[in-house]
Amino acid sequence: MMLKTTTAAIALAAMAGAADAKTEIQWWHAMGGELGQKLEEIVAGYNASQDEYTVIPTYKGSYPETMTAAIAAFRAGEQPAVVQVFEVGTGTMMAAKGAIYPVYQLMADMGEPFDPDAFLSAVVGYYTDTDGNMLSMPFNSSTPILYYNKDVFEKAGLDRETPPKTWGELEEFSNKIMESGAAPCGFTSGWISWVQTENFSAWHNQPIGTLENGFGGLGTELVFEKDEPLVRHWENLKKWQDSGLFQYGGPVGGNDAPPKFYSQECAMYMNSSASRAGVVANAKDFEVGYGMLPYYDDVEGAPQNTIIGGATLWVLQGRPAEEYKAVADFFSYLSSPEVQADWHQFSGYLPITQAAYDLGKSQGFYEKTPGADVSIKQITLNPPTENSKGLRFGNFVQIRDIMDEEFQALLSGSKTAAEALKSVDERGNQILREFQSANE
Amino acid sequence: MKRAIFGHKGLPWLLLAPQLAITLVFFIWPAGQALWQSFLRQDAFGIKTTFIGLKNYQALFADSYYLNSMKVTAIFSVSVALVSMVVALLLALALDRTLKSSKFYTTLLVWPYAVAPVVAGIMWWFIFNPTIGILPYLLDQIGYDWNHGLHSQDAMALVVIASSWKQISYNFLFFVAGLQAIPMSLREAAAIDGAGPVKRFFTITFPLLSPTTFFLMVINVVYTMFDTFGVIDATTAGGPSQSTMILVYKVYRDGQLGANLGSSGAQSVILMAIVVTLTIVQFRFIERRVQY
Repeated sequence: MMLKTTTAAIALAAMAGAADAKTEIQWWHAMGGELGQKLEEIVAGYNASQDEYTVIPTYKGSYPETMTAAIAAFRAGEQPAVVQVFEVGTGTMMAAKGAIYPVYQLMADMGEPFDPDAFLSAVVGYYTDTDGNMLSMPFNSSTPILYYNKDVFEKAGLDRETPPKTWGELEEFSNKIMESGAAPCGFTSGWISWVQTENFSAWHNQPIGTLENGFGGLGTELVFEKDEPLVRHWENLKKWQDSGLFQYGGPVGGNDAPPKFYSQECAMYMNSSASRAGVVANAKDFEVGYGMLPYYDDVEGAPQNTIIGGATLWVLQGRPAEEYKAVADFFSYLSSPEVQADWHQFSGYLPITQAAYDLGKSQGFYEKTPGADVSIKQITLNPPTENSKGLRFGNFVQIRDIMDEEFQALLSGSKTAAEALKSVDERGNQILREFQSANE
Repeated sequence: MKRAIFGHKGLPWLLLAPQLAITLVFFIWPAGQALWQSFLRQDAFGIKTTFIGLKNYQALFADSYYLNSMKVTAIFSVSVALVSMVVALLLALALDRTLKSSKFYTTLLVWPYAVAPVVAGIMWWFIFNPTIGILPYLLDQIGYDWNHGLHSQDAMALVVIASSWKQISYNFLFFVAGLQAIPMSLREAAAIDGAGPVKRFFTITFPLLSPTTFFLMVINVVYTMFDTFGVIDATTAGGPSQSTMILVYKVYRDGQLGANLGSSGAQSVILMAIVVTLTIVQFRFIERRVQY
């Protein structure tokens, strides 16, 4: 009897549950710490704003971990509806035609109002195909900027309000800083691959790959070695590393770089605009200044505009139709000016729509927060060219590793800059051909 | 039907079944998958699959970085086995002479074995960190510029130290047990005959320890080839310029991070072949020369 009642109760509860069941969608993301909390706050805001859909965010670890988890889940038929993928995964995602549901198509299929022109072209350009269709939804995009220690600048007899504009000035300032004993090192940098190579080339309007840096097709080839300003820059970095003017912060993100800046060992530091919160929190004993990335003033076309990093949201195929309805609705909410402005101002990531940027302006955010708009100004400095709208190479995660390895070979003296970059081309092209044959 | 289950033929199989099932599910099946995968070329999502025969293997042996990884693995495993066994033997010999407080020392020396490889790796990463580590700071005082982020020798030294450190405890335990099994009378007799401590060690103790040494050699080589993943991942991640890219780490990097499952599968198969060969060689040939 007891058992019967319980079963009946359970069945009843299940039926009741089914009656007003909301459509649930899974969102796998890679935002840990404070960013993760903010993300959950945004999702909670969405879930409370309507009663048809529920978004369930799940933290899956680092960017590569999240991406590999989603790929493995797709292979097993257990994929989430939405996954956050970092910008280097773009080429891989795009090529997986049967696995992804392009955002422009999703919005059209679901009848959701969607205006691609509302987005900042410098941001969405990276995620747009050659026909101008948006393939994924930008969420957190950033671009590298220059941070400098105002107090050290003053100690060295420099103007505390003027960051170096060119690499020539940066060298000159660094020498002054080191000679005056204001700091033992001029500058350090996170992400040699992203900041000192990819963005460097876009900033100087130089291609690093054929076919519009890979936008034009899988047949793209790397041409780092032909990028003369880049060869010169890597040579300089080696020279500066030897003289102590530059200090290498390690491969990938360059974990050793931030402490060198925080401890006032290095007077300048280049890294993502999204590092701003971290910099402000750690620079307790000195005042931080912000500037655009330096450029070589004898290179024609420099400064052009920088490209982005960070991640976008990709929709995966193979979920029930009603889930896509929910995804489309959620994406509209995510790109609304209020949500975007809030996320941008909190995190240091770029606003992805013009409306979000304008909202921040009207709120007086940029006057109150110096340095917060350097990234936006830098990324929108000029209309993007073929060389500065982004990169689209398959298996780019591995190619980035190669850049790091060759840069290390350069610094350890076993290769010259030209040899190292040539080797990046050769090894990278092998990977690109492998990717091409696997995806064609 | 009943006979099949409870009869003489069925029962042994039934008793073996749990172990066989585990081996099948966790070893044979994944190994078979790796073997099959190694003949395929596949995109990351598994949408397009092409059978390409032995091309993955051909590509590997034409790749100088893969050959480099083999060399690195050889240097790494020999160094770790050597360092950890020599140090462990010295410690065991020292302990053998101080029997009074030996329990206390043994406990202390075995402690590191309880530390997970990743944790050990991170600890060494902190100690050797060129920016915030204590050792580079001290080395700098004597004029040595330690930077395992750039100098491949430094990086190799770091991973060898970090991997050996933990293995010393394990080796130490076995050497202590081995030493205690050697009858005192043999060494006393030699001492009476006028043999010094060094001669006693090389003519009596060491040969009698050879079964232990041999056993540890097998264990240590297998350990460095498979179990050091955590150490490498936490300290150098295979860098700089692949100078600490051991085979196991490369399998992970190419397969998991690079999503190149074909190549990764081929690498796993080669790795499997290497370990099987090594084990056969060790048991077949070296064992014969060991005195039991």
